[in-house]
Amino acid sequence: MTAFFESFGLPFEWAWFVSMVIGCLVIALPLMLAVAMIIYADRKIWAAMALRRGPNVVGPFGLLQSFADGAKVFLQETIIPSAANKGLFLLAPIITFTIALVVWAVIPFAPGVVLADINVGLLYILAASSIGVYGVIIAGWASNSKYPFYSALRAAAQMVSYEVSIGFVLISVVLWAGSFNMSAIVEAQRAHVFEFVNGFGFNPLLFPMAVVFLISAMAETARAPFDLTEAESELVAGYQTEYSSMAFALYWLGEYANVILMCGLNAILFWGGWLPPVDWAPLYMIPGIVWFFAKLMFFFFVFSWVKATVPRYRYDQLMRLGWKIFLPLSLFWVFLVSGYLMLTRYS
Amino acid sequence: MITVIAFYLFAAMVIASGTLTILARNPVHSVLWLILAFFNAAGLMILVGAEFIAMLLVIVYVGAVAVLFLFVVMMLDIDFAELRAGFAQYLPFGVLLVILLLAEMVFAVGAWTAGGVDIAAKAAPTPAEVPNIEALGTLIYTRYLFIFEGAGLVLLVALIGAIVLTHRVRGGVKTQNIAAQNQRRPEDAIRNVKPTIGKGVEL
Repeated sequence: MTAFFESFGLPFEWAWFVSMVIGCLVIALPLMLAVAMIIYADRKIWAAMALRRGPNVVGPFGLLQSFADGAKVFLQETIIPSAANKGLFLLAPIITFTIALVVWAVIPFAPGVVLADINVGLLYILAASSIGVYGVIIAGWASNSKYPFYSALRAAAQMVSYEVSIGFVLISVVLWAGSFNMSAIVEAQRAHVFEFVNGFGFNPLLFPMAVVFLISAMAETARAPFDLTEAESELVAGYQTEYSSMAFALYWLGEYANVILMCGLNAILFWGGWLPPVDWAPLYMIPGIVWFFAKLMFFFFVFSWVKATVPRYRYDQLMRLGWKIFLPLSLFWVFLVSGYLMLTRYS
Repeated sequence: MITVIAFYLFAAMVIASGTLTILARNPVHSVLWLILAFFNAAGLMILVGAEFIAMLLVIVYVGAVAVLFLFVVMMLDIDFAELRAGFAQYLPFGVLLVILLLAEMVFAVGAWTAGGVDIAAKAAPTPAEVPNIEALGTLIYTRYLFIFEGAGLVLLVALIGAIVLTHRVRGGVKTQNIAAQNQRRPEDAIRNVKPTIGKGVEL
């Protein structure tokens, strides 16, 4: 696209700049639409599992429910508690929302379809997701209220703990792929098992890591059964308690954008991203982006399924799972994977 | 052009947020300014082409260290009047530090202009086509292997030391035995009885 703008006589730098801005919009605007539809899908799946109908009034099959909710929230008054720290109170949802969007820059949707094909792509995602926790912490502190503060403390501890095991899981993937670049990681999965099946997840040595990553992803996005940050029976609505109107909506959008991102990461890191499940020529007739979104939607269904069926963890169980099970397991697995690679690939 | 704009933006933000870190009255604001300073420093690292260092700076300092800072500072009950009272007391020491730092900077710039040290050659030790993760990895795990492992050992000692110093054994605390809980089956805990009317159930 840079070349296209250069043909208008723009110097390279500005052509690059304009094409980057357009690239951001091309990702961010459909993402917002996708978030609206995925909230609808989440509610429908959840309702179906509870033998309810779910949203079915606004628009055909209730498809416009999310937009109606959005319009309602947009027209509400923004209430700022008088004891709140005003600047930080408003900054917090903006941080959450921005970080949730920023991460998408390095996600490859199809071969070559990626905004920033940087060679530290995976580290960039880790970095951005570690900043995401500030949106919650700052909200909890700036609200100047008990329950949001408890929620912020829980969120900070939870995200820091699960990031550790996610880090080790990613290391074992990176060891196998030999790169931090997201596109290179997907390409490394081509014909990975028996020179026929695409995807690290089908490799018995990496499958346990895929499971650990899926569960850690749920904890990292604070989805049920790890949604202790907004456990309504204990903390009202958690860190969002004092928020209303658009500030609240930004949290909602950011949260679901993060959930979609984690589903996409599952697809990219372990199940072959844009590649079809097996390395068979006719399957490549279907465009890569379709495979990617199909895998993404499957993992979103798993997320909703878990949300609908598994009861919420207790806080000590959450910490036990993170520190006493996932951390030693993933650490041991890094040794195992690196030892295997050392024996087979580098000896 | 854009890199120049980006450099001045990041550099100005680092200086401004660094200044505000020490000027902010509220300690929580101080930590948040510090985080902004880390973040912009990472931006500067990217501009010089050290993207790996930049990402590590964000992951380690912003993502872990500053979260713990914020954690502690948020829960402190801080008396602002008391904080300001110590200002005059620490002033001489602060001034001494400022003079030391200034002298070091003057010496560094002096050495640079004198040309005694070939810093320009050291600034780009790797060829541009090798990603700097690989370049760093090969150096750390071959040439500086023992230093690297020694650093790891020092950290391990610090880790164990921190646990030993803060851990205290408290008696009389009931803990859960997860394995025993998971092994418990309905047959162990439930008994079906048919009590006749007027007669109790023995427990």
